[in-house]
Amino acid sequence: MKVVITGIAGVLARGVAARLAEAGHEVIGIDRRDWSDAPPGVQVVRADIRKRPAEDVFRTQRPDALIHMATVTHLSASADVRVRVNLGGTRAVLEHCHRYGVRKALFIGRHTVYGAAPDLPLYRTEAEPPMASSTYPELADLVAADGYAGSALWQWPEIETAILRLVYILGPHARGPLASLMARPRVPVVFGFDPLFQFIHEIDAARAIALAAETPLRGVFNVTGPPPVPLTLLCRKVGAQPVPVPEPIFRHVPGRFGFAPLPAGAIEHIKYPVVVDGRAFAEATGFAHELGEVETMAQFAARRGRASL
Amino acid sequence: MWRRLLNRRIRKRVTEIALPWGPFGIDPYGIDQDYVAFAMGCIEPMYRKYFNLQTVGIEHVPASGRAMVIGNHSGGLPFDATMVLGSLFFEMEPPRLAHGMVEKMAQEWPVASPLFSRVGQLTGLPEHAIRLLEDDRVLMVFPEGVRGLGKLHSEKYELKRFGTGFARIALKTGAPIVPFGLIGMEEAYPVVSRLEPLSKILNVPYLPVPAHGVPWPKPVDLQLRFGEPIRLEGDGNESDEVIEAHVRTVMDAVAGLLAAGRAER
Repeated sequence: MKVVITGIAGVLARGVAARLAEAGHEVIGIDRRDWSDAPPGVQVVRADIRKRPAEDVFRTQRPDALIHMATVTHLSASADVRVRVNLGGTRAVLEHCHRYGVRKALFIGRHTVYGAAPDLPLYRTEAEPPMASSTYPELADLVAADGYAGSALWQWPEIETAILRLVYILGPHARGPLASLMARPRVPVVFGFDPLFQFIHEIDAARAIALAAETPLRGVFNVTGPPPVPLTLLCRKVGAQPVPVPEPIFRHVPGRFGFAPLPAGAIEHIKYPVVVDGRAFAEATGFAHELGEVETMAQFAARRGRASL
Repeated sequence: MWRRLLNRRIRKRVTEIALPWGPFGIDPYGIDQDYVAFAMGCIEPMYRKYFNLQTVGIEHVPASGRAMVIGNHSGGLPFDATMVLGSLFFEMEPPRLAHGMVEKMAQEWPVASPLFSRVGQLTGLPEHAIRLLEDDRVLMVFPEGVRGLGKLHSEKYELKRFGTGFARIALKTGAPIVPFGLIGMEEAYPVVSRLEPLSKILNVPYLPVPAHGVPWPKPVDLQLRFGEPIRLEGDGNESDEVIEAHVRTVMDAVAGLLAAGRAER
């Protein structure tokens, strides 16, 4: 199988690429960033996914499958850039799939699109609407991209499209939103709240995506790892000190006093849990995580030379 | 740290609750063994001494598998729920943990919100109720809701209107309903006023003012009476008339248990 992976220079995408190449698939990566020591079987094209050279990859190489992982998740990027890359980029690559006969498309999204609020249940299923546009306005572009990718299911039914909503990625190399928050020695938490946080080891996440690429799959699927743990326990186990901050002054704290920056909208997602049900994906693909919560947190801490508190 | 101060007998008993405990003594819903031990440690003296609670018919609560325990709500403050929790924990072998359905508003209260979650008292949402039952857990439901909890002393042992959601959930999940009646809480905390104007300002359902003045129940002997499980037949998609008949059945069972308990006192 010939697979295009957009955003291949990201930590998770590299893991997926290496795994697919090892399984004998031909991998072509597209990224603005470089991946100089890509393994054999992985070709990297440096291009912007919304520009001509990216489309040329689809036209000339005629891939069988697309794994779309080129989303800007760091919230330091401006809202404008995020919308252009996340929504515009998703639209561009899915249109290429339609135009150049790609049979299969995987959109790699995240579980935070479901949103966090006091009246939302634990273990959200794929049937539930993504609410994050209202609970975490800064994620609106990702919610829109997730929804747009889902529209491929009716717009271009000939493409076998699957939207994977992965829980937070953690592990020695992961650099996602949860990893960034936990990378600092002290983590601000909202006083009097301790939501469950759900994460998956980066190796398991890469395995899940590679498995999804190799398995017939259509629809929306949550991808989960071990059971969730309370935020303060997570902090301590990765060697970070949770610092309770009263809610009225919480928005003044991130980005100061050595705390990681957080957008204003993040507060609901630090007060309330986003916990999803991964059973549909497990049933469709046979996926089961291999690395538990203890090892995942310990590896994250060890990599940063920290010990559990 | 507070975890070291927990009563060791109770702490050990918590581990005997048949839940899928993870490596940190936490289950997939965030129930924490230490918090449960702490809660039960607080409940035990109330349960055994202060209210001298007598449980009748605990054998009607299934030792394993899904079930809904459903009864009257009374006493101004939700002490009745803690007594049902205590009963399933202290009287059953092995102990079981009942999941209550908490008022949505409580999720927004700092400190209280995680405390409820850590002891398995989740937000009152149908999604939670169905999922917990499908996971073969015990759900504790007070279908009168705050209507029952805040009832005045002049209305004591009158059952307020039952919500009907529980019946559809029982039908959908095939969970047996174990009715119960709690007798005595209305004397322990006789509500004489709900201070409705002030509670509106404070945005709470009511402020229960007891006859004895202090917002804490008096030490009155309580009896908790479980009845035979009721199995409703259907799939949960029945018409409202059918559902209301089912609700009536359960309500009558609770009323019967209350009458039997009061006659015995």
